[in-house]
This record gives sequence, C-alpha cells and structure tokens, in this order.
Amino acid sequence: MITVRVRFFAGHRDIVGQAEQTYEVADHATVAELWQTLVTTYPRLVGYTGRLLFAVNQTFVEPSAQLHQDDEVAFIPPVSGGTEDANAAVPYYC
Amino acid sequence: MQPFLITAEPLEPAPLVAYVTTPEDGAVVTFAGVARNHFGGRPTAWLYYEAYAEMAVPVLAQLADEAKSRWKVGHIAVHHRVGKLTIGETAVLVVVAAPHRHEAFEAAEYIMDRIKAIAPIWKQEHWADGDVEWRE
Repeated sequence: MITVRVRFFAGHRDIVGQAEQTYEVADHATVAELWQTLVTTYPRLVGYTGRLLFAVNQTFVEPSAQLHQDDEVAFIPPVSGGTEDANAAVPYYC
Repeated sequence: MQPFLITAEPLEPAPLVAYVTTPEDGAVVTFAGVARNHFGGRPTAWLYYEAYAEMAVPVLAQLADEAKSRWKVGHIAVHHRVGKLTIGETAVLVVVAAPHRHEAFEAAEYIMDRIKAIAPIWKQEHWADGDVEWRE
C-alpha cells in the first residue's frame, strides 16, 4: 500500500467537510480509482464525475495516471463558473 | 514584480503594465475582470474566490506560454485575487504586450478563456437574498 494526500476545494470541500485527507491505496492505483473510492465514501461527489480535472503534485494528469507514495492529489471541480467552449481545449476532463 | 500571482490584496494594473512594457512592443492590453452585481439576472451581494495557489501560479505561467506559442507577443503578467471581493473590485488582471495590438488583444482573450477553463480558481457567489453557491 502507499499513502497519498488528497486536497479538496470549493464544492468538494463543502461535501467532504475537510480541506485535506490522507488515503492508503494499493500500489499502482490510479487517480480514477481513488476518485471512485471517494465517491463511494461521499456519494454527493458523484455529480462531479465526468466534469473534473485531476492533478498530481500540482500538475494536470490523465485519470489513468498511477499514484506514488506521498503524492499530493487534487480533484479539481469545474472552475469559475465554467465556459461553454471549455471542453474542446481541455483534454483531461474525466 | 511577480508576473504570475495569486493574492488576497487588491489588484492594481500599473505595476503589471510597467512590467510588460518594453521598447519593442507598441501595444499593451490590460484586461480587468471585475466583481459584478448580478449573474443570470439574479442580484449578487459579493464574491468569494478561492485558489489552489501552489498549482494556480504555474498554470497561469503555462497559459502565458501557450499564448506566446500562438501569437507574436512580448511579456505577459497575470494576477488573480482571492478572498472576499466587494462589487466593483478587480478579480483578475491579464496584461499582454506585443509589437502590434491585434496579437495583444487576441492573446489576452485567449488567456482569460483558458483561466476560466482550467486554472484551479473558484468563485463563490453570495447572492443578495442570502444564498451561497459555488459557480461550477
């Protein structure tokens, strides 16, 4: 198992009730798998599935990115009201 | 002057304009995003902005690099405010210098669009009727 730190912002933090949590996940677990774990724990997060950006260590990653010990993971809810044309330019909504 | 900054202090354009201005560039475009008293026809009392600052600063720099790869532009500076903003206060400044105005306008608009799409900065609307809502 590895330990990662998860940061929550905006609506996510309101749902989770904390700005930061530590999670133990399987070796080679992916960002998408960690998100699924969170949705199971906090069902109100499910509405964000499909319109999230994922970041590891302050860098955007794809959902298939594998986690490593002490990574800082952020699940980034849609930003600043979003825009109609955002999707075309952004490859990492998952 | 830091060209890319997340700050709780009020934003002032003059230092950014001074930073980007060079003898090579005949155009300096300053875009200011300002806290507005309505959204979708509903009155807003004030706004709250939150950022993942450690990531937002490098993302702002990345967006400036994207603009530089698309247009012939010079220096770029982007500052974004966080915390409570009253109506009329500036939430974001995008300042772009270029040899000619067309490129400066286009690059400034592109950077603003990209900030709204991917920069990890969130706006919370505090409606005049007392409701509170993240814009997401």
